[in-house]
Amino acid sequence: MSTLTDPPKPAFRLSQLIYDTRYRSITIQVVALILILAALYWLVNNTLDNLARLGKDFNYGFLSNPAGYDINQRLIEYNNQMSHGRAALVGILNTLLVAFLGCVTATVLGVIAGVLRLSKNWVVNKLMAVYVEGFRNVPLLLWIILIFAIMTESMPQPREFRGEEATQSMLLGDNVAITNRGIWIPRLAFTNSISGNEAVAPVEDAVPVASGAADWLLILGVLAASLIAIRFVRRRADRIQEATGDRPKTWYIQLGLLIVPVGIVFVILGLTIVSPYLRGFNFAEGIHLRNSLIALWIALSLYTGAFIAEIVRAGILAVSKGQTEAAFALGLQPARTMNLVVLPQAMRVIIPPLISQFLNLTKNSSLAIAVGYMDVRATLGGITINQTGRELEGMLLLGAFYLTLSLIISGAMNFYNTRTQLKER
Amino acid sequence: MKRTVLFGALTIAGLAASAASAATLDDVKARGTLNCGVTTGLVGFAAPDANGVWTGFDVGVCRAVAAAIFGDPTAVEFVPTTGQTRFTALASGEIDLLARNTTWTFSRDTDLKFEFVGVNYYDGQGFMVPKALGVSSAKDLDGATVCIQTGTTTELNLADFFRTNNISYEPVPIETNAEAQQQYLAGACDVYTTDASGLASTRATFEAPDEHVLLPEIISKEPLGPLVRHGDSDWGDIARWTLNALISAEELGVTSANVEELSAAATDNPEVNRLLGTEGELGAMIGLEADWAKNAIMAGGNYGELFEKNIGENTPIGLARGLNAMWTEGGLIYSPPFR
Amino acid sequence: MSDTHAHSASYVRDKMLPEQAPPVTQVGAIKWLRENLFAGPLNSILTLISIYIVYWVVIHIGPWIMNGIWEADNLNGCRAIRNEIYGEGVPAACFAVLTDRWHQLVFGYYPSALYWRPILALLLFGGGLAPILFPNLPRRLYILSASAPLLCIWLLWGGSIWMPISVAVGFFVGYAAFKYLTPVVGSLGGTIAAVLLPILYWLLLAGPLAGGLQDVLPLGIQAVQSRAFGGFLLALVIGLAAIVLSLPLGILLALGRQSDLFIIKTSCVIFIEVIRGVPLIVWLLTAQTLLNYFLPPGTNFDLMLRVIIMVTLFASAYIAEVIRGGLAALPKGQYEAADALGLDYWKAMQLIILPQALKISIPGIVNTFIGLFKDTTLVLFIGLLDSLGVANAIRSTTDWNGIYWELFLFIGVMFFISCFSMGRYSLYLEKKLQREHR
Ligand SMILES: N[C@@H](CCC(=O)N[C@@H](CS)C(=O)NCC(=O)O)C(=O)O
Repeated sequence: MSTLTDPPKPAFRLSQLIYDTRYRSITIQVVALILILAALYWLVNNTLDNLARLGKDFNYGFLSNPAGYDINQRLIEYNNQMSHGRAALVGILNTLLVAFLGCVTATVLGVIAGVLRLSKNWVVNKLMAVYVEGFRNVPLLLWIILIFAIMTESMPQPREFRGEEATQSMLLGDNVAITNRGIWIPRLAFTNSISGNEAVAPVEDAVPVASGAADWLLILGVLAASLIAIRFVRRRADRIQEATGDRPKTWYIQLGLLIVPVGIVFVILGLTIVSPYLRGFNFAEGIHLRNSLIALWIALSLYTGAFIAEIVRAGILAVSKGQTEAAFALGLQPARTMNLVVLPQAMRVIIPPLISQFLNLTKNSSLAIAVGYMDVRATLGGITINQTGRELEGMLLLGAFYLTLSLIISGAMNFYNTRTQLKER
Repeated sequence: MKRTVLFGALTIAGLAASAASAATLDDVKARGTLNCGVTTGLVGFAAPDANGVWTGFDVGVCRAVAAAIFGDPTAVEFVPTTGQTRFTALASGEIDLLARNTTWTFSRDTDLKFEFVGVNYYDGQGFMVPKALGVSSAKDLDGATVCIQTGTTTELNLADFFRTNNISYEPVPIETNAEAQQQYLAGACDVYTTDASGLASTRATFEAPDEHVLLPEIISKEPLGPLVRHGDSDWGDIARWTLNALISAEELGVTSANVEELSAAATDNPEVNRLLGTEGELGAMIGLEADWAKNAIMAGGNYGELFEKNIGENTPIGLARGLNAMWTEGGLIYSPPFR
Repeated sequence: MSDTHAHSASYVRDKMLPEQAPPVTQVGAIKWLRENLFAGPLNSILTLISIYIVYWVVIHIGPWIMNGIWEADNLNGCRAIRNEIYGEGVPAACFAVLTDRWHQLVFGYYPSALYWRPILALLLFGGGLAPILFPNLPRRLYILSASAPLLCIWLLWGGSIWMPISVAVGFFVGYAAFKYLTPVVGSLGGTIAAVLLPILYWLLLAGPLAGGLQDVLPLGIQAVQSRAFGGFLLALVIGLAAIVLSLPLGILLALGRQSDLFIIKTSCVIFIEVIRGVPLIVWLLTAQTLLNYFLPPGTNFDLMLRVIIMVTLFASAYIAEVIRGGLAALPKGQYEAADALGLDYWKAMQLIILPQALKISIPGIVNTFIGLFKDTTLVLFIGLLDSLGVANAIRSTTDWNGIYWELFLFIGVMFFISCFSMGRYSLYLEKKLQREHR
């Protein structure tokens, strides 16, 4: 006996797809999807057409062909008989190396400059302002080229270190040579290397010593073991503290655990410092930091450091003044106030933009092109493409590499963000 | 037409693709200029002078091709390219012709899909060192720092040479000849290696050329020539036969001085007549005017004239004809007949 | 009255003593020095180090600049003059290279008789920007903003006047289509027509129309090839064009990224992240080498245009993030108020959200532009002659072979001045916006 009739169920009309909000979003998305797919199809189709027209194909086989060219800075074994893929890997490692070094020094520089910029000291404050503004407002490329030019034009040639009437001499007790081909610094090596001495430099060398990867792995292993042992000691101390209220003194045990085992390994392996010395046209032995690396490294650090300084400054300013005052009221010294109260809070503001600066630095390392640093752009994206004519494949691979790297770094950032967010209240 | 492309593409990025015809000659004619890829600056081969006007041996080839097409040797847009950018510039259509000391190799011809239209300079890779270094052979270069232009054949030859001789070296990769010169003079490298002609030309611009020597070893064959893209043989023909016209002109004694007179009326020599268009229809066969070759020769002279004027023994660069003499004089320069 | 005191106390000072100067350590320079420079040992050390650094820089660079030689024909001339005046080996900059070539560093190889054109274009651009930046100017000035881009392009590249006019007509076609078709075919149809008709017009009609008009009434200015652009002009043109073109794209991307529609959101996120994840130099190389693969066979346009397209796409991803920040910074109430008024999505965005969000984004946009402006130096690597490229070219002439620092100094100072002042402006805007919001 219901008087209420169901509302007439309206038949579905086509216009609902557009005017009914229930369906509209689907319509829009479908249209968008079709458009995107059409655009992609158009691009891919064009590419295939063009490839066919040029008589080229799409294939990554070239990566396993011999590269034929030499690379000056290689972190892994490489020679010109190895493949283009291997050369790309050498380039990737070089990119990662300069990005890593740059991030470390840029952070150090940036934190120092950022803190000093807040100093009440007028001279220091203004000097830092000049540094920050000077580097932020001039293109990075200019700095890279400038530092490279300073290195090549104003430093002495290796030749000038030679002979009786040498006009130049090495620094730090004949251990460091600064030349216009780069800087040579001593390296660590082992007289009783476990990887054997076959990887030794030529015979006329005074100290035939090698440092194989195996040695360093061993040392890392020992170090890791020490760290685990230290944790045990700490845990035990925690337990004792919980049980008795007294915390046993463990710092000397910890220190001993850290130093002694590694020290013993060093002695067994016969750790020696191998200094560079002049041989033939160049310095030999030691580690050669090439001009290209130095210019790129310094410029990236100084440039990014200036941005990081601003981030650090803003982060510190973001901590409200009451916090500092409260800390002072508790009788904390300025330095401890900074370390215990301000910085931990500032960190939360600082870290996200800091990581995006790391991202920028990593991407900017591709400016290696300006100084001939053999990064992945120069090997895979430069010589390999040029010798094989595989620009499509090469550029795609290059883009994929940078994209992956960026995603990893921003993934780290998101991870950090969510972690610190949880701590909030 | 160009503006349409500009505005259209600005407004709807890329969609406004003017469906240009596949024929390079038509494109060039529509544009009114030939886009010719040259070096970023290698005195004698291609370099802008004080007024920004490009001159040189390779430039001469570009101008001859432009003259053959338009009758105007100045209808050329010179696009400076480095060892790395030259092939992409050609492949992407930014330039129509590449005349940049480029070595004719198997893989460039086949794998990179280019068409070399001939050889305008037979060269080989050499080494230059400062005299003060006291080096007399490339084999003494163990451990030396070597400046090298990336993206060139010389990079590969160098690697081969040092490997086969079992000596080590430190390569310093460099983009352009100017940078290499500066690094070399600053002593950032002990040796500069590239095509011997390039070394001679670079050395000629030094303040004290005498303080530098070329080592006796020539470690490779570097036949340098102009090239075009694969896939447009008609265009390739124009470039090829323009170069051949310059060479034949030298062989037949046609020079920029007498070409006007020789082409005024048919001469006794039928080959000259065919070349200069007073007999036969050779021009029409490649889609050009009958006086195409005459214009090409007038642009900068025949092959020998170009050589003598830009890089010959009376120029600061001072290269002897050597391998690049006419075949009739014991060299390798030879053109197929015009018939 | 004065003598009453005389009886009650043995001595009363009845005259003010003149003020005594505070102790020397508490006044003026010394106090300032103590408080600011030498408060504590660490501070003193820092001060000394800083002063030493400044001293070192001044000693090494000061004389070089002060001795600078401004008039000479070439480097050797410079050296000769130096040897004559100061003696051999004395540091002296050779600024003569700047006197000789500054115009190339600024304008590239743009014909020198036509320098007024880029300058006028820049002024015009500034004029077009004014109504947007200063909202209290009369609204009629928007006409200037709307016509500035086309006029700038025409001034820069030259050619027939009919081309920009016939392109502009396209916008009217779109507008007219929207206005007159909407009542007939509904708003959706109207919008589609407003997009499609102009495109068709530009593709098919604009060129012939301009050509025809040019034949009938040849009006125009000397055309300039893209290759002639160089130096700072090139950086400015690429940077400004990219920012202006990337704004609409960036807004759409930002809205897309905020949208609830899964497909749209995902594609926007992918686009933005891919663009931002790869360095600009790789994109530029892509523009140079690969764009031809992606477009229909036979398509070909000049390198500068390709670069502008690529940099626009690049900038749009960054602008999108800036605008997303602006959208996120708006109080939620604004969105709710728009909903409460019954506005649909586009109306709400157009009338309420975007005007506010864009306003807060302006500082961010300016910063993006600064970054882009600096980054345009990278076009050097694909063969365009920006200021560094021109510097290389100057160096490779016989006259100026071997000159470095002077050119770097000039380029650096130019960049510093422009970027620094823009940065200050954006800071000022930011402060102003903060004040207005409180
Ligand atoms: N012939 C070699 C080398 C060509 C080459 O790069 N030559 C140098 C010196 S001879 C050059 O032309 N440089 C001019 C420049 O840097 O632009 C090749 O084709 O790969």
